[in-house]
Amino acid sequence: MRDIEPAVITQTVARLCQTANYELPHDVRQALERARHGETAAVACDVLDQLLQNADIAREQRIALCQDCGVAVLFAEIGSDAHINGDLYQAIDEGVRIGYAEGFLRKSMVRDPLLRDTNTGDNTPAVVHIKLVAGDGLKLTLAPKGGGSENMSAVWMMVPAEGRQGVVSRIVERVCQAGGKPCPPLILGVGLGGTMEKAALMAKEALLRNVGRPSDIPEVAELEAELLEAVNATGVGPMGLGGATTALAVHVERHPCHIASLPLALNVQCHAARHVSVAL
Amino acid sequence: MPRTEKTLRTPLTTESVTQLDAGDHVLISGPMYTGRDAAHARLMGVLECGEEPPIPMDGHVIYYCGPAPTPPGRAIGSAGPTTSYRMDAFAPELYALGIKGTIGKGDRGLEVRQACKDHCAVYLVAVGGAGALLAQCVRSAEIVAYEDLGPEAVRLLEVAQFPAIVAYDCHGESVFAGDKPL
Repeated sequence: MRDIEPAVITQTVARLCQTANYELPHDVRQALERARHGETAAVACDVLDQLLQNADIAREQRIALCQDCGVAVLFAEIGSDAHINGDLYQAIDEGVRIGYAEGFLRKSMVRDPLLRDTNTGDNTPAVVHIKLVAGDGLKLTLAPKGGGSENMSAVWMMVPAEGRQGVVSRIVERVCQAGGKPCPPLILGVGLGGTMEKAALMAKEALLRNVGRPSDIPEVAELEAELLEAVNATGVGPMGLGGATTALAVHVERHPCHIASLPLALNVQCHAARHVSVAL
Repeated sequence: MPRTEKTLRTPLTTESVTQLDAGDHVLISGPMYTGRDAAHARLMGVLECGEEPPIPMDGHVIYYCGPAPTPPGRAIGSAGPTTSYRMDAFAPELYALGIKGTIGKGDRGLEVRQACKDHCAVYLVAVGGAGALLAQCVRSAEIVAYEDLGPEAVRLLEVAQFPAIVAYDCHGESVFAGDKPL
């Protein structure tokens, strides 16, 4: 049994908050560069040029990529032989508090979803998803999620008879309706099967994959490719201003489901696909 | 093919607005006021009571932006646009009162496009998520109203060469595919 101190978790989370908000992951930047080479329309090229410049400025000057520094979504993989010597949730929230204050990151959480009159002031609480794994380690992944893209996400409890065609058409229709609002080029996380909440969680986990890495399951990889082609055929383009690249990738996670259900979740990710992991 | 960028000075005039066409790339210099959801709700409350608004209307531009906190030695923190459609309820009346430009991202309702035509105004889009790049175009920023709203306070920005694209012009045209001219 290995002890892990809450203070180490707090310091790590504080650092992750800043890294995630300043440094666009290399695979995302490379995907944006590939998209830039694939565009011919002047507006699309201009948008992608600005995004690539923005990524460089943010990294060099340690200023947030986007002013929406998002909800602090944190995935914790806890080894069964690891013992956290305190309250994990408090340690994480303290890390968010420190990271967002010291990093000049925007605090965007309101306490009451209906009244909306009190900002929590420190971007807490984090939204935490926990998994138990083998070993004695603790892996923390911070994936700040902005409101614009999150607002275009959806869960559908489909009728099984709608099938693959229904899955594709719902996702394509959603992307078209969203237009420029979620800041394309997008990464689409899809959860297929499970239950309502399982599908939603899978859709968000799907966003953590390296951009464009296909599923290990051949028929799921085929579905990802079909969805990507269909979404890019819409022509919505960067910032909804038209172009060849509406999505950089589609990642699908699949799970067995009830004989009467076909849960489908779509978590839309904007081009500021921020996520960073540390293994303690 | 190289595209031309038009220089645009704020506050805007009828003359400068009528020369803009949907799809034009512009570089904006001059003052603009930030405001988004909460500030607009308060602003409309003030106007409904017949009180003086905290910002001038005539010819001015509202930038839908809630910036990140300002690091030391900088004019402003990361400052990209937020999604405009959430302010659709407020825009037509503000255009009617003399606001000549709004800047945000994404498409908007037909009533906003109509209001741009009716009141000789424009809606411009800046690149969402380019917060660090756009912050570099801000020379100064000061809170002028609703300081208690934090990131959503109304700020007066002085910008230089701020890049944007004309989304709705005053002639009824739109940059978004599928929008028919008004």
